[in-house]
Amino acid sequence: MSEGETDPAPTDLPHAVTELQGGDLVRRHSLVTRLWHWTNLVAVTVMLMSGLMIFNAHPRLYWGQYGSNAPGHPDPAWLDLTRFNGGRPFPGWITIPSNYSLADARLWHFAFAWILGLAIAAYLIWSLLSGHLKRDLAPGPAELAPANIWHDIKDHARLRFPTGLAALKYNILQKLAYGGVLFVLLPGMILTGLTMSPGMNAALPFLVDIFGGRQSARSLHFLCAFGLVAFFFVHIAMVVLAGPINEVRSMLTGWFRLPRERPGKQEEDAA
Amino acid sequence: MILSRRKLIGIGAAGAGGLLLGGCDRLNDSETFRGVLGGATGLNQRTQRLLMGDGLAKEFSEADISPVFKANGSLAVGDPAYKAHLARGFADWGLQIDGLVKQPLMLPLSYLKSLPQRVQITRHDCVEGWSAIGKWQGPQLGTVLAQAGLLPSAKYAVFHCADVLEGAQYYESIDLTDAFHPQTILAWAMNGQPLSEPHGAPIRLRVERQLGYKQAKYIMRIELRDTLAGLYRGGGGFWEDARGYQWYGGI
Repeated sequence: MSEGETDPAPTDLPHAVTELQGGDLVRRHSLVTRLWHWTNLVAVTVMLMSGLMIFNAHPRLYWGQYGSNAPGHPDPAWLDLTRFNGGRPFPGWITIPSNYSLADARLWHFAFAWILGLAIAAYLIWSLLSGHLKRDLAPGPAELAPANIWHDIKDHARLRFPTGLAALKYNILQKLAYGGVLFVLLPGMILTGLTMSPGMNAALPFLVDIFGGRQSARSLHFLCAFGLVAFFFVHIAMVVLAGPINEVRSMLTGWFRLPRERPGKQEEDAA
Repeated sequence: MILSRRKLIGIGAAGAGGLLLGGCDRLNDSETFRGVLGGATGLNQRTQRLLMGDGLAKEFSEADISPVFKANGSLAVGDPAYKAHLARGFADWGLQIDGLVKQPLMLPLSYLKSLPQRVQITRHDCVEGWSAIGKWQGPQLGTVLAQAGLLPSAKYAVFHCADVLEGAQYYESIDLTDAFHPQTILAWAMNGQPLSEPHGAPIRLRVERQLGYKQAKYIMRIELRDTLAGLYRGGGGFWEDARGYQWYGGI
């Protein structure tokens, strides 16, 4: 197949692409994945920025059921950012709204929470039913072998990314990162968020016990948020390193150009 | 080429960031957009009410009580009449119940203490994010309201308080769903002691499935109303009026 040809069979890649090679354009991301990806980006961004505003209202984190800064008798906090920026540690350029308003931040947070929650719930159900989860995301036992993970870490460290057909499949570090976001961080955000609501405590009393108390849930909410921030920066770095135009195009249009083989590396990668 | 691409991405990111922030602030000022966000607030209330039904807030054991329960909002009351009552231990004070009731009442503190009591160890969650656990005692609000007898048009219980914050009288309100919830009490004792002034003597509201700003202190009068419109600035509570906090404090 000549380079740049744009009509290989667009679906069921594993069966149809055996003749493809570096340079070919292929369909990579389904419409559902692309819609969810960008919806989730907007929702997570608004949740993070309004969440930082809410955190500014009480920039201390505790473990357990209770925790406060009663004057003269503060409960022990594992994180206390009160001394930064006049007690409002996150600056206006990274919060929604940019001026201090707990009420407005809560208005945004509890509206976009619906978008975040419904989008991830729908996407997980679709991933399960469509086979996306099993086919593309679930790591097999061989992939989870420490030797394979170590091999992948070394490849990432050397910036040796897969080429040709191998680039169509997620490697083990990608699977762990995406799985961590889909099954740990985003559900963790939502469940710990619900736990902070006194109304939801009455509706789902077991949730607060799972997380070891409301203040523990608030701490985990913050930690999950920073897990997502860490994922975001690594994700952006990998997109930039792997070829930002090709990567962003594939998440916008679905079409992905297979990376060309490095001279003399083909056999090694296939092994 | 690489530098210029990096530069472009940098400029793009900064530009997108600026647009995002400016755009969000403009949206935040837009009444239409705030209306959409506010619609989600109503949805949150209806969803929570559906999910929790008559569910109870979690109750804790004595061992879970906060070593020091943070007092917040007003810590003292300036009103001379209140100060006189405080000095006399509220011996000749009475809680006024009026509005859309069959029988307006004036209930002495000793009478409130003689009604069947509910004792509950619950967690107080401030809208800011902190929590404190305390033991509360008092009659159920539902018992007191039943004695006054509600008129069919009554929809809200409004709590008129003695304290003044930022130049405005404190008040709060809840609907009848929460007013008749078994854990909604008029607490006169905290951790086994009569309420101190910072914690809202002589009585404060405990409405355990909502946030701290709903737990009105220094309650002098309970008024039954069919609407919150026309009362102070119409938000249904001091912080709702002053800062725009959501009237439904279940989140």
